[in-house]
Amino acid sequence: MTVTVKTFATSGEAAAALSSDRSARYLGGGTLVMRALNEGDISVSTVVRATDQALARIEVTNLRVTIGAGVTFARILAERDLGFLHAPARSIGGPAVRNMGTVGGNLFAPSPYGDFTVALLALDATISMQGGLGTRDVPIEEFLQSRDRQNGALVLAISCQRPASAEAFRYRKVARIKPKGGSVITLAAHLPVSSGRISGARIALGSMAATQIRARAAERALEGRSLDTSAISAAAAAIAEGASPTDNALASAWYRREIAGVHLRRLLSGQE
Amino acid sequence: MPKTALQFHHNGREVALFVDGGVNLLVALREIIGDMTPKFGCGQGGCGACSVLIDGELHLSCLTLAETVAGRAVETLDGLKNGPNLHPLQRAFMEHFAAQCGYCTPGMLMAAKALLDRNPTPSRAEVVEAISGNICRCTGYEPIINAVLAAAAGGRARA
Repeated sequence: MTVTVKTFATSGEAAAALSSDRSARYLGGGTLVMRALNEGDISVSTVVRATDQALARIEVTNLRVTIGAGVTFARILAERDLGFLHAPARSIGGPAVRNMGTVGGNLFAPSPYGDFTVALLALDATISMQGGLGTRDVPIEEFLQSRDRQNGALVLAISCQRPASAEAFRYRKVARIKPKGGSVITLAAHLPVSSGRISGARIALGSMAATQIRARAAERALEGRSLDTSAISAAAAAIAEGASPTDNALASAWYRREIAGVHLRRLLSGQE
Repeated sequence: MPKTALQFHHNGREVALFVDGGVNLLVALREIIGDMTPKFGCGQGGCGACSVLIDGELHLSCLTLAETVAGRAVETLDGLKNGPNLHPLQRAFMEHFAAQCGYCTPGMLMAAKALLDRNPTPSRAEVVEAISGNICRCTGYEPIINAVLAAAAGGRARA
């Protein structure tokens, strides 16, 4: 099967091409779209690319980072200022996949993939998108809820806050094969502390629903408390509330529910 | 459907070819150029058998749109040996019995080369990490890891 490949110099032209053609898919690193083509996905008849260097830009300020959608995981790992994102970047694929896969593409990776997006969800990221009507900034939760309908728009960049300290942001991917394996579950927790108490807790889970989700009950269990044994136990007991995991080759839905609290407890108490 | 003209450097030699829209680099290398060293394993990015270096970086050729390598340097296993002389990594693989069926070997060698080009004296953990995207179903990995470490220790890996 042959497809039409359209390459543009600017992201604006690429976004226009995407919004005007329902069967067009944007090609970033290739780990999703080329895979679909290799499997004979006939819904893709046009592939749109942009060589715009703006998509590969990383901007770091004191409080926030902005990462171009075309930035690869290998680039993230090479940036000292993005140290808090190294654990999620390193948890994806092997070296070749990290040299190819992009932050923007990861937003579209179906479960059980999309581990980096779990970290971005915990960090309350904002997605900058360009559609037929211009650019707009969308909160990541809103983006994920309508992900299947985002085909006509192009993700330009993702921005998120920088955690105040290394302890404030924690990430864990549970896989059966190390160092590389698909996610059984993925957890990320952003727990800002003010005067010794957690304020604005965000916990995100991967492989616990059709898209990455927040564990709001566990967040509530931690809010306003210090990170002690009883708070951690309460959060662990509530972690799977509202989750809807499914069975796949890596684990059953039952198993995912059973272990989510165990791994949250280990993550929050700093155990390996 | 019109074909797209494509030029790139294949193991140091400039090649020019025409590709159909959407063709991946692995198909271009094997079916158009005739370089059979990169293998088709899964077509999904899960096995690493198709690994090649693009401008020195490890990539999966089955997930690379062929036309994106225009003007770039693509290295495959075919470019590793020097005439009749095996590359030190190839020799180490032979000496350490690191290949059985051989299907994963081209990808393993390219992943190992990507590592040693960047880090000539890797630790065992770094070797394990470097080949973590490459699946071998015969040897159980240990002889492969030992071969890469031996090639590195020999200090000949850059040759």
